[in-house]
Amino acid sequence: MKLSDLNKSIHLPNLWDIIAFLLVMGLITLLAWGSRQMAVPYTQGQEIPLSLDPSCLPLYALRTVLRMVAALIFSLIFTFTYATLAAKSRRAEELLVPILDILQSVPILGFLSITVTGFIAMFPGSLFGVECASIFAIFTSQAWNMAFSFYQSLRTVPKELQEASVLFGLSSWQRFWKLETPFATPGLIWNMMMSVSGGWFFVVASEAITVGKTAVTLPGIGSYVALAIRDKNLHAIGWALLTMLLVILLYDQLLFRPLVAWAEKFKFEMTESQDSAESWLLNMFLRARFLRNFVGSIGQIRAMVMESLPALPRRQTTFKDLSPLQVRVRQIVWYGLLIGGLAYCCWTLVTFVNSGVNPSEIGKVFLLGLITLVRVLILLLLASLIWVPLGVIIGLNPRWATKVQPLAQFLAAFPANLLFPIAVFLMVRYRLSPEIWTAPLMILGTQWYILFNVIAGAAAIPTDLREAALNMGVTGWRLWKRLLLPGILPSLLTGLVTASGGTWNASIVAEVVSWGDTTLTATGLGSYIAQWTEKGDYPHIVLGIAVMSLYVVCINRFFWRKVYTISQTRYRLD
Amino acid sequence: METREGKINLLRLSNIRKLFKKAGGEDHLVLNGISLTIDEGEIVALLGRSGSGKSTMLRIISGLVRPDSGEVFYGGKPVNGPVKGLAMVFQTFALFPWLTVLENVELGLEALKVPRAERRRRALAAIDLIGLDGFESAYPKELSGGMRQRVGFARALVVEPTLLLMDEAFSALDVLTAETLRTDLIELWLEHRIPTKGILVVSHNIEEAVLLADRIIVLGTNPGVFIAEIHIPLEHPRDREAPAFRKLVDEVYEIMTKRPRGATGRSDVVPMSYRLPTAHVNQLAGLMEALAAEPYNGRADLPELAEQMGFSADQLFPLLEALEILFFAHTEGGDVELTPSGKSYVDADILRRKVIFAEHTIRHIALAAHIRRIIDERPGNRAPEERFLRELEDFFSEDEAERVLQVAIEWGRYAEHFAYEEGAGMLSLENPESSANTL
Repeated sequence: MKLSDLNKSIHLPNLWDIIAFLLVMGLITLLAWGSRQMAVPYTQGQEIPLSLDPSCLPLYALRTVLRMVAALIFSLIFTFTYATLAAKSRRAEELLVPILDILQSVPILGFLSITVTGFIAMFPGSLFGVECASIFAIFTSQAWNMAFSFYQSLRTVPKELQEASVLFGLSSWQRFWKLETPFATPGLIWNMMMSVSGGWFFVVASEAITVGKTAVTLPGIGSYVALAIRDKNLHAIGWALLTMLLVILLYDQLLFRPLVAWAEKFKFEMTESQDSAESWLLNMFLRARFLRNFVGSIGQIRAMVMESLPALPRRQTTFKDLSPLQVRVRQIVWYGLLIGGLAYCCWTLVTFVNSGVNPSEIGKVFLLGLITLVRVLILLLLASLIWVPLGVIIGLNPRWATKVQPLAQFLAAFPANLLFPIAVFLMVRYRLSPEIWTAPLMILGTQWYILFNVIAGAAAIPTDLREAALNMGVTGWRLWKRLLLPGILPSLLTGLVTASGGTWNASIVAEVVSWGDTTLTATGLGSYIAQWTEKGDYPHIVLGIAVMSLYVVCINRFFWRKVYTISQTRYRLD
Repeated sequence: METREGKINLLRLSNIRKLFKKAGGEDHLVLNGISLTIDEGEIVALLGRSGSGKSTMLRIISGLVRPDSGEVFYGGKPVNGPVKGLAMVFQTFALFPWLTVLENVELGLEALKVPRAERRRRALAAIDLIGLDGFESAYPKELSGGMRQRVGFARALVVEPTLLLMDEAFSALDVLTAETLRTDLIELWLEHRIPTKGILVVSHNIEEAVLLADRIIVLGTNPGVFIAEIHIPLEHPRDREAPAFRKLVDEVYEIMTKRPRGATGRSDVVPMSYRLPTAHVNQLAGLMEALAAEPYNGRADLPELAEQMGFSADQLFPLLEALEILFFAHTEGGDVELTPSGKSYVDADILRRKVIFAEHTIRHIALAAHIRRIIDERPGNRAPEERFLRELEDFFSEDEAERVLQVAIEWGRYAEHFAYEEGAGMLSLENPESSANTL
């Protein structure tokens, strides 16, 4: 806060205040109404009335958005606790970070099918349990990524700043809020934005899912589309697409643009960047002086209350001594517990799967995984062949790049599963083979990651290098081979890694698609999981998910990470 | 508090030793047997090259790092964790970029639970004192380097530290800015406008130390050991051009370039366990050319040379050391002189220079000769860099081994003893075809 603001204590509300006030109040009212709807009475098996009338769509959209907000809040709570613990305790780190790594690779829709019955049992007689299952699915699509970002930021807080805060006597609580959290904020917000983009896909998928006898249908855009598919209503699908488009646009403008612009302040850089992010909403609130002072005075009251509280006895940090024996004993106990727990988990998994699955099926499931893997790789290759040249051409032209870049990010956020019905409609109509033609659906939503990363990479190729190449007469294919392709390689790989994870996830919904009572199925691990989910056969679901996770982990570890490291050391342009 | 010759001890270190633990193997000694006192009313400078552990020492004094043996007393009490009444000014400023100047300065007071109104008053006073008036609401990124470090000083002074620690506080600033800031600080100190009772300056800049300090402690490198203590009896403000000042600077240069007896021995070869200084071939060539040319004609006074070439002592010393072990130049008594082979290197053309450099590295640097011999002996004439790193880790810490090997590789590549593929970490005999076609 600026000194000048402190001196002038009375401000009359200005026009911006009125607009901002109305906006805030409207938002609060909507939230209150929507949240009340979440906990209405509900008995299992009861059909939730849904209407394909487009006028119902805004309310459905609100319910969908609320689920997203709730999941985001839980993800943040999870991030602050889990990542902090992992960053602060060496022992916890050894366990928590690998767990996070694996959780990232588990297909998200798998979580949904496993947890849904549990959540419903937790809140009998209320719709809240079903809502929880859906929110949990969205949570799983956001939390791991955010926690990872926060953990990495906490680990890279500059040493001098840490030393300064210790020397000036900041308590660890103060250090967390004054140093560590601000430092991690820009990265966290960026990851939040990416996670929410991915989350739309899962919110849509989780609103209408059937696990055995448990049918989850929550009022929302996803269930609206599901109903439209059953009724073969193309118009309704069109309206749903339009609504989703608007929702994402609003989410972007009302939440993320302001957040990103605000987070600029926390960037750890000592020079002001040329093109800092701007947001009309943030500017408006900054101009609303009365409101700002009001918020400011709340902060002051809080600070005064905090100061008047008796100080907690603070432990003076001193060097601690542990005898070598103590260290040894602690190590043995810790690793003993770890190995014991691990063995128990393995045993449970094996017996559980064994109880319902014939061991001979395991080999078959791995084979199905291989088929899906081949699909994923071919799709990534095809997508790269299309988007790399286009992305580079766009990226090299700054005027296009600034226009196409937000568009590509927007498209990445758009839940591609809303487009599936249209594709299936065409496939049924022209009798196309699902084995081949469902495959593009898998990458429909994730290809944009490739595009916008390539654009960013191409835009970052220094002009010097391009001019030097031009000067030496390097043109055509040689220019691509020597400059453009190596130049974008690190960004291309970032895009491919993200797209790869998303494509695996999408396979669960994309390998089995339906239109009315026609269902098209492609052979693969995704359809395997989807089919057993519908039957509610848990041992098979668990087996399918475990195998898919294994594939994803192995590919990340042994392929993407290696290639990525090489590209980072050899092809980084800075 | 103890007294010694009527002076009051602010800080006393006795026989400090510090090891850095290595993952799997021997520990690496950073500081060995350092003792030091700082009395009330004095400015002490710790002077040493990189690798002398002076930053570690500062962290031991402030209670951030614990020594492995030895004791630290502050105000008569043993130091057992971060100490109150101590403030540090950092080389990188260490400002919180998301806080304004005022909030940065208030931070330390907030932690001390100073009431709000008083906090604001004291912070504004400190900002005023250090000449930052009008910048209270600015964010650090809006300020120039010099202004940022002023915030660093205001933040340290506002908590009214008894002892002020400065970790290379001026070395990230340009020459003019650093000079103004030094002068301002000395003025505040001399006029007793700050309640600080003692200042410890850590620096690698010889002139800065002579300019500020009442006493200079020179540390030797690897491990950091006490080498000399020099009293500076000059009155403030000190004149850099005064003969007495120049003489003291010369004296410090001489102490710092004196090689401890037995380090290189009398033999012509530096052993594998020698820490090759980080010196790039182009810098070496440039320095030799400058030495050979007017006005030096092969022999130069070190402070003069440093100033002429715009080098700080810390940048110059590794180059001199490299020239010394390669037998291209010889440093003695604060002067450096080119050897005959150094002169012939300067006179030679590009290719001939490589030949001379190749001869000297093989003859005088055991590590270079060793790498070449192994590559010659191995089938396919290739050897992974890992292999040499393992060998060097018998003598050095992991990072240090890597640094030393990088120096040897750069010299060896220039001398065309071997080729190096960074991605694969492979050393081989010169073979351009194989390196051109990877990926």
